[in-house]
Amino acid sequence: MTTPTQLPGFWSRLSLAFGAFFKTAGDAEFAARVRDDGVGPVAAAPAAPAPAPAPAPAPVAPPPAPLRVNTPESALQLLTLLQREARLIDFANENLASYADADIGAAARVVHEGCARVLKDHFTIAPVRSEAEGARVTLEEGFDAASVRLTGNVVGKAPFKGTLSHRGWRATDVRLPQLAKEHDASIIAPAEVEL
Amino acid sequence: MSARYAIGIDLGTTHSALSYVDLEASDGETTAHGVLPVPQLSAPGTVEALPLLPSFLYLPHPDELAPGELALPWSTEGETAVAGEMARSRGATTPIRLVSSAKSWLCHPGVDRRAAILPSDAPEEVTRVSPLEASTRYLAHLRRAWDHAHPEAPFDQQQVTVTIPASFDPGARELTAEAARNAGYTSATLLEEPQAALYSWIQGSNGAWRKQVKAGDIVLVVDVGGGTSDFSLIAILERDGKLEPHRVAVGDHILLGGDNMDLALAHLVARKLAANGTQLDAWQMRALTYGCRAAKEHLLADANATTWPIVVPSRGSKLIGGSIRTELTREEVTAFITDGFFPRVDASARPATRTRAGLTQLGLPYAQDAAITKHLSAFLARQAGATAELEGFAGRVSAEHTFLHPSAVLFNGGVFKSELLAQRVMDTINDWLYMEGAEPARMLEGADLDLAVARGAAYYSYARRGGGVRIRGGTARSYYVGVESSMPAIPGMEPPIQALCVAPFGMEEGSELELPGQEFGLVVGEPVHFRFFGSTTRRQDAIGDILDFWGPDELQEMNEIQATLPLEGRTPGDVVQVKLHALATEAGTLELAALSPQGQRWKVEFDVRHSDSQ
Repeated sequence: MTTPTQLPGFWSRLSLAFGAFFKTAGDAEFAARVRDDGVGPVAAAPAAPAPAPAPAPAPVAPPPAPLRVNTPESALQLLTLLQREARLIDFANENLASYADADIGAAARVVHEGCARVLKDHFTIAPVRSEAEGARVTLEEGFDAASVRLTGNVVGKAPFKGTLSHRGWRATDVRLPQLAKEHDASIIAPAEVEL
Repeated sequence: MSARYAIGIDLGTTHSALSYVDLEASDGETTAHGVLPVPQLSAPGTVEALPLLPSFLYLPHPDELAPGELALPWSTEGETAVAGEMARSRGATTPIRLVSSAKSWLCHPGVDRRAAILPSDAPEEVTRVSPLEASTRYLAHLRRAWDHAHPEAPFDQQQVTVTIPASFDPGARELTAEAARNAGYTSATLLEEPQAALYSWIQGSNGAWRKQVKAGDIVLVVDVGGGTSDFSLIAILERDGKLEPHRVAVGDHILLGGDNMDLALAHLVARKLAANGTQLDAWQMRALTYGCRAAKEHLLADANATTWPIVVPSRGSKLIGGSIRTELTREEVTAFITDGFFPRVDASARPATRTRAGLTQLGLPYAQDAAITKHLSAFLARQAGATAELEGFAGRVSAEHTFLHPSAVLFNGGVFKSELLAQRVMDTINDWLYMEGAEPARMLEGADLDLAVARGAAYYSYARRGGGVRIRGGTARSYYVGVESSMPAIPGMEPPIQALCVAPFGMEEGSELELPGQEFGLVVGEPVHFRFFGSTTRRQDAIGDILDFWGPDELQEMNEIQATLPLEGRTPGDVVQVKLHALATEAGTLELAALSPQGQRWKVEFDVRHSDSQ
């Protein structure tokens, strides 16, 4: 990992700043570390808690994790599409042990064709890197670490030189259907009753 | 406010589409154009914007769907009937509530097209709709989709063109125009689909079409859609140094298209399965038809593939154990599609016709011979003299030619995505040409097979404003009414009739002609019926000409036409002498009118309500 995954939010930064201010003023040893490596607060964090005078509204409980909350609606919608077009849920719920590979293969055609159709109709997906897999690539300084993952001998500084083992995929467009206000997305496939 | 967009609507048998040209961003032959994604229900409560609107209407049971599941972007309640993708997929499992092929019913002469007759096999409690109403719904859906996407440019202020098959008779044209009016289209123009395909090709070439065709070329447009096949001949003339396409002939209405091919294959495979003891239900049959279409496309695209597997998924949740695996072989596709629908026949081949059984038929009059190449050879033979009197074509037609020699072919319709089939048609035509010592015809490249008609219609809306190339041609038939001959009656024989030409071939839009000499006595308050005939070959007849004899192929009888003089202050039973006028309207329809000496005008109806219709 080259970047910290959990960057502190504004309020935690504010509290850290106040803590660092008082600690630097009152603790010579800490002040020296701040001067020497410039990353005092981070290095100090696992050390002692901030001293008593804390004028900032410092949260007593750990700060809320900066994670987004997923809405299940879109996920359910995608499942609905994959079930309708590709019978994915039916397929995943089968016990493969009792079938011959030929039967599984026949069903896999349905799943494959349907999945491909869902991907084609509702997403625009393009490779992240345009080079062929196996090609030598160079990553300049400041490359987007979210879209390229470094593996193996990750040492030194950019530019990094390496071999492209997977081109990656990027969804450049998502076109999920719109849902009616009252529509219950949790029904992935309605039961069918023939009259 | 003047129009900002030129809109083209392809009202197809199986799919409809809306295309547009941005007038402000277009100049001359360079156009800025697009296709409107049409929001439609793809499943209950699910709205998707798709490039095509399947021309299907589903009439749901009141308890069938949860409330609010039919909402569309422009209506929270939704409508009582569903048009589009959901209609098609739902209708496959509940066909008694599905209206399909409304367009084919719209031109079915044997039924009352304003009567609520669809779905034709629906039980009593289903509220049926008329073919006219179904077409109106599709057109209204497209209008609302446009207004939703372009609130700044309301639909009824734009220049709109709706396409029809070239083979539509005046009655079906009139009904399409009426459907458009009912759907809120204030000034729609009609355009023949093969012409639209050529317009789209012209537009797509960005001016390069002038290099691909030259003066003296005869372009054959072969348009095989989902449900119909349509042929037209377009001659390229040179006038004042400019190339000018002229549509010189149109073919008969043939109810035969790509869907018939997929269905034919599905039945073939279903028979194979039945032989092994597997019976398919309607739901599986539909899945099989989709599978066959995919297999057909793969086999026709890849000359090396010998078989292609088809899997009919199980209906229940046990996918692996319950699915049926089968396959389609190259021999089957070749025998059924290539040789079945496009056989390599002689130029003298003609489609087989069976005499119909005595019972009145209730269904659509599907083509009896599936061989499209035979329909084509019959068309070219019938039109052998189509260009004889055309300026600059005099030396090109010889009396020894048994059929008209096209020099270029433009394909349209999804069927021709398979190059194998397009090539088969080209080879067959070139065989015919070779036998008569003519140069082979070439294929015009770069056609957009799925959306060409909608695109071409938008381009035509644009060209009508003076922006681009226009195809000339006028009306594609001459029209006649039957008048009783003055010959003495022979006992036991129907009195012979003569055909009086009331509208000549090639009437330009906006022109009006009066029938000279002849006056008709119309009885006030009583409808007067005329037998009505059309001809796609008699180009030389002038208005007022009377024919005593004609070949069996020359004149086709159409539905009776009817003139009624309303009372309006007259005494019932009085006879008023009227003159007949023929008018080719700007909107692309033909009108016959009766004019009294005082200048009053009554429309002669092409679409007569049958009091005895089924």
